[in-house]
Amino acid sequence: MKTESGDQRIARYGMTIDVDKCTGCGTCAVVCHMENNVPFTVDESDKSRNMAWMRIYKVDNGLDYPHVRVVYFPRPCMQCDHHTPCVSVCPASATNYDGLTGIVDQINTRCIGCRYCMAACPYMVRCFNWWDPVWPKDMEKHLNPDVAPRMRGVVEKCTFCSHRYLKAKDKAHNEGRDYLREDEYVPACVEACPVGAMRFGDLNNPEHAVAQLIQSPRAFRLLENLHTEPKVYYLSSYEWVRKLADNFA
Amino acid sequence: MTSEHTTPKLERCSRQKFLVWLSVWGLLLAWGLYGAFLCLFKGLNQTGMNNYFVFGLWITVDLAIIALGAGAFFSGFLFYILKVDHLKDLIGAAVVIGFICYSGAIGMLTIDIGQPLRGYFSFWHANVHSMLTEVIFCITCYLFVLTIEFTPLILENKRLSEFPLFKYIGENLHGIMAVFALVGTFLSFFHQGSLGGMFGVLFARPFAYRTGVAIWPWTFFLFILSAIASGPALTTLVVWTTQKVTGKQLVRRSTLSKLAKLSATLFFVYLILKAADTVYWANVTAPQMGFAFTRFYQGPYGMELLFLELFVFGLLPAVLLLIPKAREHDFSLVIGCLFICMGIVLNRFVMTVQTLSIPVLPFEKFVAYAPTWQEWAVAAAVLGYGVIVYSLSYRYLHLFPREHELNA
Repeated sequence: MKTESGDQRIARYGMTIDVDKCTGCGTCAVVCHMENNVPFTVDESDKSRNMAWMRIYKVDNGLDYPHVRVVYFPRPCMQCDHHTPCVSVCPASATNYDGLTGIVDQINTRCIGCRYCMAACPYMVRCFNWWDPVWPKDMEKHLNPDVAPRMRGVVEKCTFCSHRYLKAKDKAHNEGRDYLREDEYVPACVEACPVGAMRFGDLNNPEHAVAQLIQSPRAFRLLENLHTEPKVYYLSSYEWVRKLADNFA
Repeated sequence: MTSEHTTPKLERCSRQKFLVWLSVWGLLLAWGLYGAFLCLFKGLNQTGMNNYFVFGLWITVDLAIIALGAGAFFSGFLFYILKVDHLKDLIGAAVVIGFICYSGAIGMLTIDIGQPLRGYFSFWHANVHSMLTEVIFCITCYLFVLTIEFTPLILENKRLSEFPLFKYIGENLHGIMAVFALVGTFLSFFHQGSLGGMFGVLFARPFAYRTGVAIWPWTFFLFILSAIASGPALTTLVVWTTQKVTGKQLVRRSTLSKLAKLSATLFFVYLILKAADTVYWANVTAPQMGFAFTRFYQGPYGMELLFLELFVFGLLPAVLLLIPKAREHDFSLVIGCLFICMGIVLNRFVMTVQTLSIPVLPFEKFVAYAPTWQEWAVAAAVLGYGVIVYSLSYRYLHLFPREHELNA
C-alpha cells in the first residue's frame, strides 16, 4: 500500500496505549471478545485457562494508603517486530509475520496445537483452546461473520483485527485508492476505548498520530531488554510506571 | 545379532508365569490408554496444563526417554562404526530399548498436541527455522531406522527364520547395519541437539535462553552430550535388571562395567561443560535480560533443584562410576547408573517446567504445575508398553548372544 501522499512504503502497524488515561473499564477486552468471536470457558474465574486476547493487568506502586497509585495495562499481542519469538518456533508455519503490514497473524486451520509458540511468548498473549468453543444459546446470532471461530486444540491470539485491515484494503481498492487513510483500519479495542487511551496507525508513516506519539519521552515498551521490538507502545508520565515495564537485574 | 549360526535353544519361564507378568504391565498400559482416550475424546482440558504451563509431564518424559534411549544410537555407533566389540553382548537389547523409548515418545507426543490429526502439517507446512521441526523430522526418521535395526532381531526368531525369505532379509539387513548405524547417529545427533535447542533459542525466556555457535545455542550441545552419557547408563540398568528378574547371566560383568565407565566419563565431561554454561548464563546472559540468577529459583522450584542436578544426580554418580572398585559392586553400579538417569530426567524437567514457571512480565506471578491422573496414566503407560515389548523381545528373540554360553 501507499501513503496518502503517494509514497510507496511498507507499513508497520502499531498501537499506543496511554496508561495514565486508562481507567481499566474493560471495554477493550469485551469488544475484542465480540469482534473476534473469542469463546468463553466453563469456569471463567480460572484465568490460567480462559481465553483473553486482550487482558488487563491492574498494577500498583506497592505503597500503602494514601500513597498507593494504581494503573492498568491493557495487553493485546505486542506484535513483535524483530525476530518475532512465536513465528520462528512454529513447526507448521501456522504463525505468520506479514512483511507488508508487520502484523503477526495466526493461521488457525494450520495450527497443530503443540503450544511451542506459547512457550516462546514472554507476554502471555497466546491462548490455547482447552475446550470446544461454546457460546450461550442466543449469542451465536451475534458472532462476527468476518472471523472464523477456532476449534478445540489450537492456539489463538490477538491479530490487531487483521480482518478489518483486509476489509479496509478491499474498500480502498474498490474506490480506486492504493492507500489507507489513518482512520480506515483500526482494531475494535482502539475504536471502543471510551477515554481515547488507545491509538492505532502506521508507525512508519510520520503523518499518523502513533508515529509521533512513540517519539514522546513518555513512550515505553514492555520487556525492551529482550529485544523483541514490540509494536505496542505504552505512554506514561510516571517514572514508576515506566520502570514496571521491564526487569532489572 | 549373530545371524550366521543357528540360534541355540534358550530356557524361558512357563507361559502361565509369563502371562501373569504381562498382565500386570498390561493393566498399567490399559489405564494409560484410558487416560489417553479421555484426552483425545474430551481434549487437553483433562490435563493439569494451562496457558502458563503449556508443556508439562509429557514433554518432560518425552525429552527424558529420548535422551535415555540414546543408548541405541550410541552403542550402534560404537559397535558398528568404531568396532567396539564387547558391545556385541548387548547391542540387541540397546536397540530394543531405543525402539521402545522413541516409539513411546512419539505416541505420547501424539496425545500431547491439540490436533493429533494435523500432526503431519509439521512435514507438509514445515518451518525450517523451527527447532521443533528438526526434532519432529529427525525422531520420525530415526524411529524408521530403529525399526530397520530391530527387524533382523525379529527375523532371527526361530519360527520366523524357517521362512527362507525372512531368513534372507534378516541376514542381509544385518550385513548393511553399519549404514543404518551411521544414519541413526547422524539423525540422533541432530534431534538430541535440537531438543536442547528448542529451549535454548527461546530468547524471550531468560531461564532457558543460551548463547551459542551460529544458530545452535549451548543447550544444543549439552543435550547431545547428556544423551550419549545417560543412554548407556539406562542400557546398563535395564540389562542388570533383566539379569536379576530372569536369574540368568546375560552379558559378561566386564561389559556392564565398561559401559558404566563410558557413561560416567561422558557424564563427567558433560557436567564440566554444564557448570561452565551455568556460570556464564548466571553472570552474563541472564543479567543482560534483566534477571538476577537467584530470581529464577523460587517457590516449589528452588535452588535445591540445581544442587540436586549438578551434585546429587551429577557429580556423585559420575565420580562413583569412575572408581573401578565401585563399578565391580552391583550396588554402586546400579546406584550410579540410576542417579545418572535421574539427573537427566531432572534436567529435562527443569528445562521444561521450571522455564515456564518463571514470570517474564514483571507483573505476572510465579506459578506451579501439578499433573492430573490422566497425565500420570499416559506416562505410566509408556513404562507398561516398554516392559511388555522388552519382555516379548527377551522371550522370543535372541537379544543376548552370549546368554547360552554364560549359562551353560
